[in-house]
Amino acid sequence: MSTSTPQAPIPATPGKLVDRLDARAGRTRSTLSTKLASGFALLIAVVWTIPTFGLLITSFRPDGEIKTSGWWTWFTSPSITLENYAEVLTGSRFQLSTFFVNSFVITIPSVVIPITLALLAAYAFAWIDFKGRNILFVAVFALQVVPIQVTLIPLLTQYVKWGLNQTFWTVWLSHSIFALPLAIFLLHNFMKDIPRELVEAARVDGAGHVKIFFRVLLPLLVPAIASFAIFQFLWVWNDLLVALTFAGGQQNVAPLTVRLADLAGTRGQDWYLLAAGAFVSMVVPVIVFLALQRYFVRGLLAGSVKG
Amino acid sequence: MDLLYADTTGGKFLLMFIAIAIFVLVMGAILVIVERIPRAPRWVVVAAFTGPALLGISFGLIYPAIITTRSSFYDARGQNFIGIDNYVTAFTRPEFQQVLLNTVAWTVIVPLASTAIGLIYAVLVDRARFEKLAKTLLFMPMAISLVGASIIWKFVYEYRPVLEGVAPDRQPAQIGLLNQILVWMGLEPVQFLLNGPWNNIFLMVVMIWIQAGFAMTILSAAIKAISTETIEAARLDGVNGIQQFWYVTVPSVRPALVVVLTTIAMGTLKVFDIVRTMTGGNYGTQVVANEFYTQSFRQQNQGMGAALAVLLFAFVVPLIIYNVRQMKKSEEVR
Repeated sequence: MSTSTPQAPIPATPGKLVDRLDARAGRTRSTLSTKLASGFALLIAVVWTIPTFGLLITSFRPDGEIKTSGWWTWFTSPSITLENYAEVLTGSRFQLSTFFVNSFVITIPSVVIPITLALLAAYAFAWIDFKGRNILFVAVFALQVVPIQVTLIPLLTQYVKWGLNQTFWTVWLSHSIFALPLAIFLLHNFMKDIPRELVEAARVDGAGHVKIFFRVLLPLLVPAIASFAIFQFLWVWNDLLVALTFAGGQQNVAPLTVRLADLAGTRGQDWYLLAAGAFVSMVVPVIVFLALQRYFVRGLLAGSVKG
Repeated sequence: MDLLYADTTGGKFLLMFIAIAIFVLVMGAILVIVERIPRAPRWVVVAAFTGPALLGISFGLIYPAIITTRSSFYDARGQNFIGIDNYVTAFTRPEFQQVLLNTVAWTVIVPLASTAIGLIYAVLVDRARFEKLAKTLLFMPMAISLVGASIIWKFVYEYRPVLEGVAPDRQPAQIGLLNQILVWMGLEPVQFLLNGPWNNIFLMVVMIWIQAGFAMTILSAAIKAISTETIEAARLDGVNGIQQFWYVTVPSVRPALVVVLTTIAMGTLKVFDIVRTMTGGNYGTQVVANEFYTQSFRQQNQGMGAALAVLLFAFVVPLIIYNVRQMKKSEEVR
């Protein structure tokens, strides 16, 4: 009996064995391909990270070493200095700290103002019935595609006429206006998602539009507002074109990006400056981005998939 | 205290608060007045809510766009009507043709490359163990300014000249990673940003590096929305990973692919920061968006600048039409 046992199952269930072999082959194939896939994903991740990482290390290396050896040699002969940062931030020739302040002063109103205006407009488009509403909304939506290049010279001419050129006011105003079409569209999408009953119930209670807007809708829209706020924050902080046009090189108005672009042009070989300067300009958006990534992704999805 | 200028940190922040306060007061006043009017006619309410935004849009987008279109038919100083001469120049002069050609290359290559990378990466890390971290890594460049990104990549491309008649081991060290890799492989270092036409590709890499994260985010959401039944059915049919990618994943996320491609194309069209920071538009790398800036603000050629801005706008239109058509199509399918 014992001798026949190993042979007996084979003719009885040939299909099963083949199945099992097949399954095992499939499994090896899939582990192999998973490994290949993970390897490939890892490769992309590394390629995407290394350039930033290299410049980060460079920003902490002494000038003399940056010039004579690659940043990868830092791992075998590490030396760290904060000299580069001290010099770009406070050195009288660069004063990035001044431009850092300018970036903040430019960005905050340029986020607050368009969001407020867009919220009000989006409310009207979503919850007030009026003639021509749809046409007007489509028109605003379509204006998203106007490249801001088209607007710069006439706006600049107007600002010069008013004597406002190269002040914070023109930068705030321009950023606020340029943000409106996208902001209205996005916030309108979010606002439409709020259940009609909530608004109707408030109306029955005799609340006017202003009250409904502040008491009913605004609290529910906080995540949507956060989504657009981070979007606009990154956009304004990282903008070069608007700032270059309306603030010019003005040390008292121009943001970090303008100064950094200027340094890249005039001191293109001074990597200790450029590296530290780049990270001074990057630290705020990266922190904001990492802290609020969830909202940012939401905003992206609402903006492009629905649109 | 001057309400126009501030030159100290405290002064600037004060100015900022004053600006916000003025804004809040004006908007608050408008809303309070509307709320106080008993039985306010609807148009008053609508005007209060949409008026400020529409006024801003009219002043800052519509009116300037009309003026710019008009001045694109005028000469450099905006005084004499010259018909379509600026456009003729843009399409016939060799140096402008090069600019147009580069721009077309950017708007084709950047969206395709970043979408491909974003899609592959989204598939690879989908439901992987470190999905969130992996996504953040690809996503991170989106937080960085184009100027910052350009500096990061300029350093990767950094070139140290090879000295003639000097032994290989005594050559000056390459400090750019890419050239060092070439040297390690026994090759000569290359001036990545100087030698055309390839330098255009090396500039595009920066934009691809930034946009791949955007593509990945949108496509990853689309991939997660594919129903499990579809995937199971494909598995039962015995398709392997690559077949599943081509026959299940790609068709399912097609609408998202179109949106991503066109969105990136539109963004790429308008980018000037990268070219400006890395090559200044020299060595045959100029694009329309940067040439616009050069013509308008450096050459003081208002007419030409305006014509280039209008061209940028004109290039966007077919992209939009395509986008809307695809959207309608996918809605019909549903």
